[in-house]
Amino acid sequence: MSPEATLLLAMAAPLVGAIGIFVTGYEPNLRESVTMVTALITFALVATLFPVVASGAAPSVTLLEMFPGLSITFTLEPLGMIFAGIASFLWIITSIYSLGYMRGHHEQNQTRFYFFFAVAISAAIAIAFSGNMLTLFIFYEVLTISTYPLVTHAGTEAAKKGGRIYLGILITTSISFLLLGMIWTYVEVGTLDFKKGGLFTNGAGAGMLGILFGLYIYGIGKAALMPFHRWLPAAMVAPTPVSALLHAVAVVKAGVFSVLKVTLYIFGLETLRDSGVSDWLAYVAGATVIIASLVAMTKDNLKARLAYSTISQLSYVVLGGMVATSLGMMGGAMHIVMHAFGKITLFFCAGAIMVASHRTEVSQLKGLGRTMPVTFICFTIGTLSIIGLPPLGGLWSKWYLALGAADAGHLILVGVLMLSSLLNIAYLLVIPVRAFFSEPDPDVEAQFNDHHDDHHGDEHHDHAPATGAGAPVICPAHGIHEAPLPCLIAISITAAGSIALFFFAGPIFEFLKPIVTP
Amino acid sequence: MIAAHLPALQVVVPLILAPICIIFRSATVGWVLMLAGSWSALAIALAILEQVTTGGTIVYALGDWAAPWGIEYRIDTLGAFVLVIVSAIAAVVSLYVKTSIEHEIPPVRRYLFHCMMLLCLSGLLGMTVTGDAFNLFVFLEISSLSTYVLISFGRDRRSLTAAYRYLIMGTVGATFYVIGVGMMYMMTGTLNMADLAAKVPEVADTRTIQAALAFLTVGLALKVAMFPLHLWLPNAYCYAPSAVTVFLAATATKVAIYAFIRVVFTVFGGVEVFEAFNVQGLLMVLAIAGMFAGSAVAIYQTNVKRLMAYSSVAQIGYMMLGISFGSVTGLAGGIIHLFNHAVTKGGIFMALGCIAYRLGSVNLDDMAGIGKKMPATMLAVVIGGLSLIGVPLTAGFISKWYLIRAALESDAWPIALLVLLSSLLAVIYVWRIVETAYFRQPSRVVEEMEPAPLSLLVPTYILIGAAVYFGIDATTTIDVAIAAAEGLLGAKP
Repeated sequence: MSPEATLLLAMAAPLVGAIGIFVTGYEPNLRESVTMVTALITFALVATLFPVVASGAAPSVTLLEMFPGLSITFTLEPLGMIFAGIASFLWIITSIYSLGYMRGHHEQNQTRFYFFFAVAISAAIAIAFSGNMLTLFIFYEVLTISTYPLVTHAGTEAAKKGGRIYLGILITTSISFLLLGMIWTYVEVGTLDFKKGGLFTNGAGAGMLGILFGLYIYGIGKAALMPFHRWLPAAMVAPTPVSALLHAVAVVKAGVFSVLKVTLYIFGLETLRDSGVSDWLAYVAGATVIIASLVAMTKDNLKARLAYSTISQLSYVVLGGMVATSLGMMGGAMHIVMHAFGKITLFFCAGAIMVASHRTEVSQLKGLGRTMPVTFICFTIGTLSIIGLPPLGGLWSKWYLALGAADAGHLILVGVLMLSSLLNIAYLLVIPVRAFFSEPDPDVEAQFNDHHDDHHGDEHHDHAPATGAGAPVICPAHGIHEAPLPCLIAISITAAGSIALFFFAGPIFEFLKPIVTP
Repeated sequence: MIAAHLPALQVVVPLILAPICIIFRSATVGWVLMLAGSWSALAIALAILEQVTTGGTIVYALGDWAAPWGIEYRIDTLGAFVLVIVSAIAAVVSLYVKTSIEHEIPPVRRYLFHCMMLLCLSGLLGMTVTGDAFNLFVFLEISSLSTYVLISFGRDRRSLTAAYRYLIMGTVGATFYVIGVGMMYMMTGTLNMADLAAKVPEVADTRTIQAALAFLTVGLALKVAMFPLHLWLPNAYCYAPSAVTVFLAATATKVAIYAFIRVVFTVFGGVEVFEAFNVQGLLMVLAIAGMFAGSAVAIYQTNVKRLMAYSSVAQIGYMMLGISFGSVTGLAGGIIHLFNHAVTKGGIFMALGCIAYRLGSVNLDDMAGIGKKMPATMLAVVIGGLSLIGVPLTAGFISKWYLIRAALESDAWPIALLVLLSSLLAVIYVWRIVETAYFRQPSRVVEEMEPAPLSLLVPTYILIGAAVYFGIDATTTIDVAIAAAEGLLGAKP
């Protein structure tokens, strides 16, 4: 099969799968099998493209001419390949995880859930493969719309509100800034094709470049650069697999991926360095890193804390692009991979804790490590990777980011990266530490036991494995087991992946290298 | 032989079928005639488009009386394009209409309804083909009078006041138009548009011609429902029978815009109308005001048909904005939006008709939770709504792309920004519908509802499908629109 055909099939497979899911919705086991098989096929298709790209080829397919001079085109290059690879690989893992989570949590409308999930993955892969800005924009919007039903899955008032913020910010930024920037670019240079070294090679004015670049970077709201970050915490009302894959991997990574793509192929590192228009955005990203970490500290809700941590980590990638050096760019690109594995692990753990113990707040987790050891060990691994300690993958990306910032002479930003690591320890590492080494909080345990006695069946997720009648009050172990097996398998794989990335960072670096070598 | 007479047949076929409805006085015969009339009109329109794209503008002397004494039919690319839009919508509506009017119009009056639809169609087609300013008035009146009747068929008694209001406003508009034509005739001694175009520049500086332009513009703007002359539109759309709303929304205002373009760019083609009379500034301001006012009012509507009617006022603003740029890109943007909005809004009103058919109401509150009971219908509304917002892969995106491009090419970036901002208002009113339909608990009535019948859903999806198709593969529509725009602007000496 030609790489071109494989490329199209890799995007089509999840869509076909989505139809299969829709058709087999009446029989959950069959439906989940369809999801699994589709995820495997999709990943296999994407995987076969890696050697092609590694050999330096850039297969390209033009699907159709949308309007005169502008077409929907897909072109392979290393950065997109990496993004597609992670999205499709982690889809498999998330499907395993969902199996345990969605059933363990007795979620409604699961067919709709799996359907839109597959559509979102297809859109994410299409973004990864897009060969011009128009194509990227189209699938960026498809991703926004197709994840809306996932975010509002619960159908509650809170879900509706979260959905409003989600859609409001993402649509507003993309329509008012990104679309404007794109059309402006087209009017100025007459093309939107991604080109190494950028499109503005004929010496456009720094003033125009500055405004245009700002429009692009803020137009890509999915990168969650402050002050347009509020949609990400709002999206946390979604079921955990959505938060895990979409809001730690596919959607947000589509955002930072687009930022890097625009930086590299619309503007070009050299143009940006010469004009200096990206400097202020590097500092905005730096500020986002710190502020989001500080906000994360104040959040007691585990998913909210992880969301702010994600905002902070996304700005690492943005920062890597904005310093406009080769090393910074490499660091940013690698951080997409490293953070994906680390953060998805943490979200998986948060979901596992919720399914097994119904706890959502950080303060309720003391002493829980002894009853859910696998979950919390993996949580620790994920945390260490986010902090950037060896032997975990997160070390490498942070290393290159710091080098890149230093290269560009932004020593303050190097300091920001270091400080951020400390803050990570303060707000993330405390969670597993307390889970393992603190005594359970008597008040919390009492509250949970009462809760089970009084309100059993009131809430949709209130179907605890045990009801807690007559049990000793101060005992977190009571009635709480590890999360369902599929969840644990998924968590272990991603945690192991974080470790493996420490040892296999070299090949990724080599694979990505062509994006910064002229 | 027939091929040479297509322009005449385009108008005559539905015009002759209309009185036959009265002879038979049967609902079924009426429907069959409407089906035959609209589909043959579509076939003729497609044949004409083919002729125009290969052979250039068609000039047809009616009854072999040569212009400027006889009436001349003149069809260029734009005209052929509008003919296809109008007759295609009519053809789809004719599929939809039989089931749709079941609950709305008593059987004894249905034959009249079909007769009026045919008359309205022939009036609209006539306005498009004619190359004669006065003949345009005649067809305008044919379509308007039949429209007043069609609106008054509505189930709600308020449809009578809506029709009456439109009658008053429409008559004022038509009268203004005919006054303008009279003044033009006084100064030039001709009614033929091409002839007028040649003679107007000599007398362009006179007060009479300026007054004529004012009367023509205001008169047609009333029919276009351009802000602030749109007051007849919301009630007319809201209380008319579903099928009529679809037909009006997708065709009547569009043909009025076509007539507007004809007058401004053909009749006054020899004059720098935009600069000489500052029409441009006026149009632009009103268009933008309409974009915002229409959308802002739409947000607060509780009746979805009314909401969509106000949205139409805003969308007409987009079309007028495109026209007001006076550049090829801008005019092409306006023309593309004319087409895209016709299919989008037609599709949305059809879907609303499905809901009205089952529920008997399209009030937002009554539609709570309807997404679960009528999934296919609501999906159509959502896709249509996305196209109104201008989300990629829908027709609305293409229109917006061209309008913004036109603004940026004219160095009018604040206007580009305004276009984008106003489309965010569309997000709000579309999402009000989405949240009501999907997030609220269904009432008992909704709980017991059945999905819409296929005879309504299929036509709905033909239009909604077109709104998606022309958002993905827009090369054809854009080529035609650009050719049309170049043709219009090229008419300037």
